[in-house]
Amino acid sequence: MALYSEKVMDHFRNPRNVGVIEDADGVGEVGNAVCGDIMKIYLKIEDGIVADVKFETFGCGSAIASSSMATELVKGKPLEQVLQLTNKAVAEALDGLPAHKLHCSVLAEEAIRAAVKDYYERQGLPCSPKDFPDCGSCEGCRR
Amino acid sequence: MIYADNAATTKMSAAAISAMLNCMEESWGNPSSLYGLGQRASETLQSARERIAACIGASPKEITFTSGGSEADNQAIRSAALLGARKGKRHIISTAFEHHAVLHTLKKLEDEGFEIELLPVGKLGTVTAQQVADAIRTDTALVTVMYANNEIGSILPVSEIGAVCRERGVLFHTDAVQAAGHLPVDVKTQNIDMLSLSAHKFHGPKGAGVLYARQGVPLTRLIEGGAQERGRRAGTENVAAAAGMAAALEETCAHMEENAFKVSALRERLIAGLSQIPHSALNGDPVNRLPGNVSFCFEGVEGESLLLLLDDRGICASSGSACTSGSLDPSHVLLAIGRPHEVAHGSLRLSLCEENSEADAAAILKAVPEIVAYLRNMSPLWKDKISGKREFVL
Repeated sequence: MALYSEKVMDHFRNPRNVGVIEDADGVGEVGNAVCGDIMKIYLKIEDGIVADVKFETFGCGSAIASSSMATELVKGKPLEQVLQLTNKAVAEALDGLPAHKLHCSVLAEEAIRAAVKDYYERQGLPCSPKDFPDCGSCEGCRR
Repeated sequence: MIYADNAATTKMSAAAISAMLNCMEESWGNPSSLYGLGQRASETLQSARERIAACIGASPKEITFTSGGSEADNQAIRSAALLGARKGKRHIISTAFEHHAVLHTLKKLEDEGFEIELLPVGKLGTVTAQQVADAIRTDTALVTVMYANNEIGSILPVSEIGAVCRERGVLFHTDAVQAAGHLPVDVKTQNIDMLSLSAHKFHGPKGAGVLYARQGVPLTRLIEGGAQERGRRAGTENVAAAAGMAAALEETCAHMEENAFKVSALRERLIAGLSQIPHSALNGDPVNRLPGNVSFCFEGVEGESLLLLLDDRGICASSGSACTSGSLDPSHVLLAIGRPHEVAHGSLRLSLCEENSEADAAAILKAVPEIVAYLRNMSPLWKDKISGKREFVL
């Protein structure tokens, strides 16, 4: 059996939405260099909808694939829906990830959330703290 | 396909395959049986033992067949620990960058009350005989230091360390898994009391290894049962594997110099080429280095991504990144030579053999810089470094 699903390899080899949005309305960065993965998400918001999204990732194959899939899942969606995105949805859309790589999908969810939070803060919009839990799911950071 | 992961395993040689097939067809009996078929197997096993002994300067009685390097390491260390403990000696000296077969065995002994001292290996990844001499105490039961490091290729001064240990009356074991068949081994002149080797690192079969123990060094059984291997390891012997291992070792030892000459030329070409990549660094000792080992860190990229993209181009290599080790931490070897975590995640190990060609080197030298540049271009870590937000480490 291959290490990754065909879907993961497709998104790893041909990542969607790689790059930078210079005039982004919201930017989120999670992870750290010590753990070996950093994801950065750029959002362009128009009328409460994700008009454009780009990502940059330092990380393994599943980290790059998870970022790519997450951007696909939120593109064109209203922010309320974007905040419904779960790591599980990212992993499922990739036809699953190996157990020790599930944190990559968690990181993708958190990166998207961090970008939305940044957007809310820049706009001075009220937001519910429960939508933005602390980044505490990465075991590496807790050590 | 370009196979550049010979430190992980090697392709079996034609001589080894032929020896194994011959054994399975002609001398498939149980070496412990007294009839002709069994005795043929016994003779095959004995011949393998003699030929392997000759390759490392040992006598046949000093050779115990094991399931591989890990078992040999486990048995050597356990045996020395037990001997030491009987005399009240519970101090063991090793290095911070040994193979896990050594380090994890030592960890268990530590839990059992032994004191384990792991010598620091410095930036180049080596220890000196003086470091060992300074660490030896009256209650030191064992010094175990690898002959050559599997990840970064440094060759350690085992002869000098052996001499120090012999002079001080301390048992010396070396994990020679990466060295056997590639570097000269002579257990007598190198003052080695115990040595581990593994067949599949020199074109022999997997699941076969040897523990050499100098005559007079009693071994503790890890596996209880019959009286095979002179009571040192129970279980019907893997005769075919022993025959394959002997054939492979004889062949690599016979061509050691010419192989080393050819392979180290390829190594130097790769090291020179990969050094051109900005913010990269060679890991390990540039001079005292295994002929086939090329180990680099590339800042701002992660090793697993690099390996997957190399695989797409038909190049097999390995990395010490956390994602490839299956743990949260990158390789303990790279951390031991002082590479910070973020750089250790971006490591690449190419390990060559005599079957690699100049064309392989050219393909690798085209692929690696392109892939590193591609991954850096999507790496926020790299972007932060070139924009000055974070400092370069390399």
